[in-house]
Amino acid sequence: MLLRHAPDLSEREVTPRALYLQRRHLLAGFGGLMLAGAGAAGAAVRSPFSTDEAPTSLKDITSYNNFYEFGTDKSDPARNAGRLTVKPWKVKIDGMVGKPGDYDLDDILKAVTIEERIYRMRCVEGWSMVIPWNGFPLASLLKRVEPQSGAKFVAFETLVRPSEMPGQGGFFKILDWPYVEGLRLDEAMHPLTLMATGLYGESLPNQNGAPLRLVVPWKYGFKGIKSVVRISLTDKEPRTSWNIQAPQEYGFYSNVNPAVDHPRWSQATERRIGDSGGLFAKRRPTLPFNGYADQVAGLYTGMDLRKFY
Amino acid sequence: MAIANLRIQARFPTWPVYLAGLLPALWYLYQAIYGDLGADPLKVLEHAMGEWALRFLILGLAITPLRREFGIGLLKYRRAVGLTAFLYVVLHLAVYVWLDHGLDWRAIWADIVKRPYITIGMAGFLLLLPLAATSFNAAIRWLGGRTWNRLHKLVYLAVLAGAVHYVMLVKSWPPEPLVYLAIVLALLGWRVWRRA
Repeated sequence: MLLRHAPDLSEREVTPRALYLQRRHLLAGFGGLMLAGAGAAGAAVRSPFSTDEAPTSLKDITSYNNFYEFGTDKSDPARNAGRLTVKPWKVKIDGMVGKPGDYDLDDILKAVTIEERIYRMRCVEGWSMVIPWNGFPLASLLKRVEPQSGAKFVAFETLVRPSEMPGQGGFFKILDWPYVEGLRLDEAMHPLTLMATGLYGESLPNQNGAPLRLVVPWKYGFKGIKSVVRISLTDKEPRTSWNIQAPQEYGFYSNVNPAVDHPRWSQATERRIGDSGGLFAKRRPTLPFNGYADQVAGLYTGMDLRKFY
Repeated sequence: MAIANLRIQARFPTWPVYLAGLLPALWYLYQAIYGDLGADPLKVLEHAMGEWALRFLILGLAITPLRREFGIGLLKYRRAVGLTAFLYVVLHLAVYVWLDHGLDWRAIWADIVKRPYITIGMAGFLLLLPLAATSFNAAIRWLGGRTWNRLHKLVYLAVLAGAVHYVMLVKSWPPEPLVYLAIVLALLGWRVWRRA
């Protein structure tokens, strides 16, 4: 990246912001016709929640992934996720809901509006991206299945399929499978909380969590559980994979917080992937709640965020 | 140290060893210039330099066991291997302080005092400094062989620090750092076993 110059770059690598916006306007024109599209989200509706920061290139978003089901190296998911079968896809919705069941993904998508949400993504490791997701608010799915009054939390589970997910086999067991995550119900119902089905207007690539993944932009990236096969409503705080693995390092909440360091590294700054400065890019300050404090800080009023990290 | 019945005694000059040691660094420099290091080139460089440092340190540590156990004579190249390892330690550190932290000495100092894996890595680097500084013939004469030998046993601690530094910085337990640590422990264990 030291001497990168334009002729080296393919169109897919860097989409000029202006052109990208122009395309989005075009797509928005078709939006009315295809609101409840197939989830590939060619015609996503624009959202006021989107940031106007320049999106990270598609190449970087799809080649630099933490998805340990496909290997621990960040290049492993792009290499290994191709053989994952994502169609048909069912999501079991159970626990404290009025309408439990095994929902076909196509059926889920018929009832929702696919939007485009350009969100910042901050990894707990200290890097960040800007990702143009396509998806629908988790709230719209939860309302459909009618949470019972006693439900306080939502638990999520990733697919377990070692035949297609090589990271789940092998001698060294990286994590307890399935990968599990959870949110408080009010976090899950928050309008920023997204179930993503695509990015850059295309179907979600397998390495990014196809066909359905969670995106919670004010929390560290690992909360965004991928390839979701189960959503359960419960009255108890769900177990979460990284908290099981290292409880002193990864809490249930895991809100982005520059004031609370990871025990082994500072969270005060971050490196933006694909920064135009290349190898000499400067770190940026990390913002409380990843810059979404105005929308979500109220969820945590009165909580000691050092204790509930 | 004189071992009469070496089965293999390498006789080629040392300069190809120095040259070969530079190849990984040149390869990464090439990739950096042409933007081939992926989405996060800085981390790739940082990790690669650290890993190559560990590899050369381990290679240096393997020379005596190879000689004693298998009769393979490579002693002549140990200085080249050791200095190459030190070069990669310096490159690793340079990427960390310059590219990763932009020479923000306050943040770096905070890292050193607050993060045990950084503390240990930095200790390993400091342990290597006197060894690199006394790696020429005049220094050996000046110190005397015994003292020089004793001083250079610091490398055992430095390698251990490097391997532990690697194990401590990863999330979960991927195999690579544990494999490196196991090799280092085996090479150090062999020395303990030989003395006992």
